[in-house]
Amino acid sequence: MLFQQALNGLALGMAYSLIALGYSLVFGILRLVNFSHGAVYAFGAHIVIFLVGFNFGLAPAILFGVVLTGLLGILIDKLALSPLRKKRSPAISSLITTIGISYIIQNLLMMGFGSEKKPFPELFGNKLLSVAGAQVGTMQLVMLAVSILLLLSLTILVRFTKLGLAMRAVEQSEAVSGLMGINTNFIIGVTFFLSGAFAAIASVLISGCYQIVYPTMGFMVGLKAFTAAVLGGIGSFHGAIAGGLAIGITEALAATWFGSAYRDSVAFIILILVLLVRPAGLFGKKGIEKV
Amino acid sequence: MVAYLEAKNITIRFGGLTAIDNLSFKVERGQAVSIIGPNGAGKTTIFNALTGIYRLNEGSIHFDGKRIDGLAPWKIVSAGIARTFQNIRLFSDMRVIENVLVGTHIQMDYGFFDELFRTKRFKRLEDEKTRFAARLLREVGLEKRIHDYADNLPYGEQRKLEMVRAAATGAQLLLLDEPAAGMNPKESEELRQFILQLKDRGFTILLIEHDMNMVMNLSDYIYVVDSGRLIAEGRPHEIQGSSKVAAVYLGEGGAEEWAC
Amino acid sequence: MERNKIDVEAFVYSKRHILTTGAVLLLLAVPYSGFSQYIIRIMIMVGLYIILALGLNVLTGYTGLVSLGHAGFFAIGAYTAAILMLKLNMNFLLAAVISMTAAGIAGLLIGLPTLRLTGTYLSIVTLGFGEIVRMAAMNFESVTNGTLGLRNIPRPVFFGYQLTLANGGLYYLMLALLAAVTLACLAIKNSKLGRALRAIKTNELAASMMGIYTPGCKLAAFVISAVITGLAGAYYSSLVSYIDPNSFTFDISILILSIVILGGMGTVRGMYLGALILIVFPEIARPLMEWRFVVYGVVLIVMMRFKPQGVLGWRSSIPYRIPDEKNA
Repeated sequence: MLFQQALNGLALGMAYSLIALGYSLVFGILRLVNFSHGAVYAFGAHIVIFLVGFNFGLAPAILFGVVLTGLLGILIDKLALSPLRKKRSPAISSLITTIGISYIIQNLLMMGFGSEKKPFPELFGNKLLSVAGAQVGTMQLVMLAVSILLLLSLTILVRFTKLGLAMRAVEQSEAVSGLMGINTNFIIGVTFFLSGAFAAIASVLISGCYQIVYPTMGFMVGLKAFTAAVLGGIGSFHGAIAGGLAIGITEALAATWFGSAYRDSVAFIILILVLLVRPAGLFGKKGIEKV
Repeated sequence: MVAYLEAKNITIRFGGLTAIDNLSFKVERGQAVSIIGPNGAGKTTIFNALTGIYRLNEGSIHFDGKRIDGLAPWKIVSAGIARTFQNIRLFSDMRVIENVLVGTHIQMDYGFFDELFRTKRFKRLEDEKTRFAARLLREVGLEKRIHDYADNLPYGEQRKLEMVRAAATGAQLLLLDEPAAGMNPKESEELRQFILQLKDRGFTILLIEHDMNMVMNLSDYIYVVDSGRLIAEGRPHEIQGSSKVAAVYLGEGGAEEWAC
Repeated sequence: MERNKIDVEAFVYSKRHILTTGAVLLLLAVPYSGFSQYIIRIMIMVGLYIILALGLNVLTGYTGLVSLGHAGFFAIGAYTAAILMLKLNMNFLLAAVISMTAAGIAGLLIGLPTLRLTGTYLSIVTLGFGEIVRMAAMNFESVTNGTLGLRNIPRPVFFGYQLTLANGGLYYLMLALLAAVTLACLAIKNSKLGRALRAIKTNELAASMMGIYTPGCKLAAFVISAVITGLAGAYYSSLVSYIDPNSFTFDISILILSIVILGGMGTVRGMYLGALILIVFPEIARPLMEWRFVVYGVVLIVMMRFKPQGVLGWRSSIPYRIPDEKNA
């Protein structure tokens, strides 16, 4: 039984990791918590439904949806955040701006799609397979597989490619990277694109699993993924993965032991605990501010 | 005789790095003492330890007879120590006079009830301290700037304001962290005179500085620190003649500075 | 352009006593000026949101701690007053005082764990707080009647005289509360605590180096902010006579924040203007009603980009008042 629940949580946790990565990527290069990430996540699912409604065919719809969401990420940065960086605005301005963006996206989705829950197309037919005495749905296997594939690709990108090297350089110091000839604006754009695209993929996976979509879905999931990122250490790659898995599994276990009404509170309780006890998270770097 | 400020065998470690290693120094009341040494020697770390920002791993710090290491920063200020910062930390969005008034915070002895209901006590203390702040600013030549916002001041005046603000707390020991940084010779000389005036008024000064002219012509005593360790101490002429100290500064253009 | 602004400010400042008295007289005359009840209700709502904004302003404008959960304090104030008045037949004033206390305690409980947190983390905790309060209101059905809400909340009764919209009583009560809260906020701003909070907002480390006990000041800001918001909640429940958890959503928290930002973080006058604009405009531009939430979001973004200090948030050029030296 425990194993069963753990497996359920595993698949969900991997999806959370994808979203948590979005937070960590942006925080890594900009030291900014992107409050609008949850809304971008919701946008991803909705745009796919929209495209499917145009008889696009599921696979192309997903592909386009992911790309469009990535572009939304870039748009958010170029339109709203980059001007603030140029002005050297205090952090509070960026925080409020991302809150505003989140709000706008969510309400536009509500106006465009209505606030009721909508069905998301079934992706792979949820057949149940038996693995080591527990039951696993095909959808969950797909979630696991896709997430692992993406994480591996990202790792390869960051570790072994020139682009990844540039990303790591900008994360260390935007100013110095610029002086070394790296086009920092391009790198920041790439980071936002990846952040949005991953959110969209996670959105498709989770919506495919639960099969419902609604404009405020990004709120709760965004909070959970943020908790995962903070738990693992925001800005840390491994942290996002570890955090996501931890949240996913804990949530599944809590749902079994305490009932599904408390499912959502688990993440929040973990967030408060982490912020109180060890704000840097498991793998987070402690920044020492020069006094 | 017990020294006014005394640090005994203090050690501070950050993870695996030992920033301050078994350092001892003392300052007598009314003195101006300088701490010098190359960049990264740990000088500001000493200040941070004195003001309660960093905890000691070993050793103790005593001020005016009481032990102050381990106390919270605000308690240390109440005890009578105030500081300025290497990179200026003024309240940029507040006026010059308001900056000094924030400095008088611990001297303004009224409560929340007084401020909410504008009691006589509130009015009396506010008036008193505002006049006091204005007077301080007048005495240091910042009179024309009283109503200006702090971030509109030129660099030299910002440094002065920081010192006035520290003095307004009623502290008797002032920790000045590289006050002459970025100043030209004329400005440094003005600053040196200003610090001497502070000393005449009874303040005790502990100074971190790289400007050797200021250090030699101001200090009663000098401590030389390198890599967290005390490598020399003595009166200005002793330090001036020390080849050990000169060696520490070689490669930083210090040799030329030394031949003053 | 700058010169004009300075002259305007100096002019208004020099005539401020006349202007304030005039404004107060005008406001007092409103119920007798033939305005419809609809208009008076809107004015009361503007007043309510000014109070809410003044409350949030103490925490966000003065101290720089952005709260996304002030609807939570609003709810605590409203529900406490409603329950006391409904179940214990308590009079409004006493219920309001207890509501303010309850909100203040909540402010303390939220303030304590967030003392060590900065910026976004703190905001997210306040966001969670707001949501928890709303969920509690929905789930503790025995006390709050859950999603059905509490109805028939009585109007305030002073000396046997019931205050309603029709007799102007509710309007005058709002004016009285507004005046009290405004004066309190001004008193705090121009005092030791106000300066300490602004110092903490600008540079917390330097503030602690001035001997300021920053944790205590931040907690004080939380409590004061919560108390003011709780008072608004108590009034609100009596005004609308029916409250349910949906009256206290994240949307409300964002609306209050938008008012503070639009008007000018840290100023009192900004709260008046911000509330006036953001509460009245959806009434005037009915077709825009649906879009108003998008507008709030746009307000936040545009203000941060072009005028982060708010519409009325310019730096004052009026000289600071220095009392004359007594003849030495």
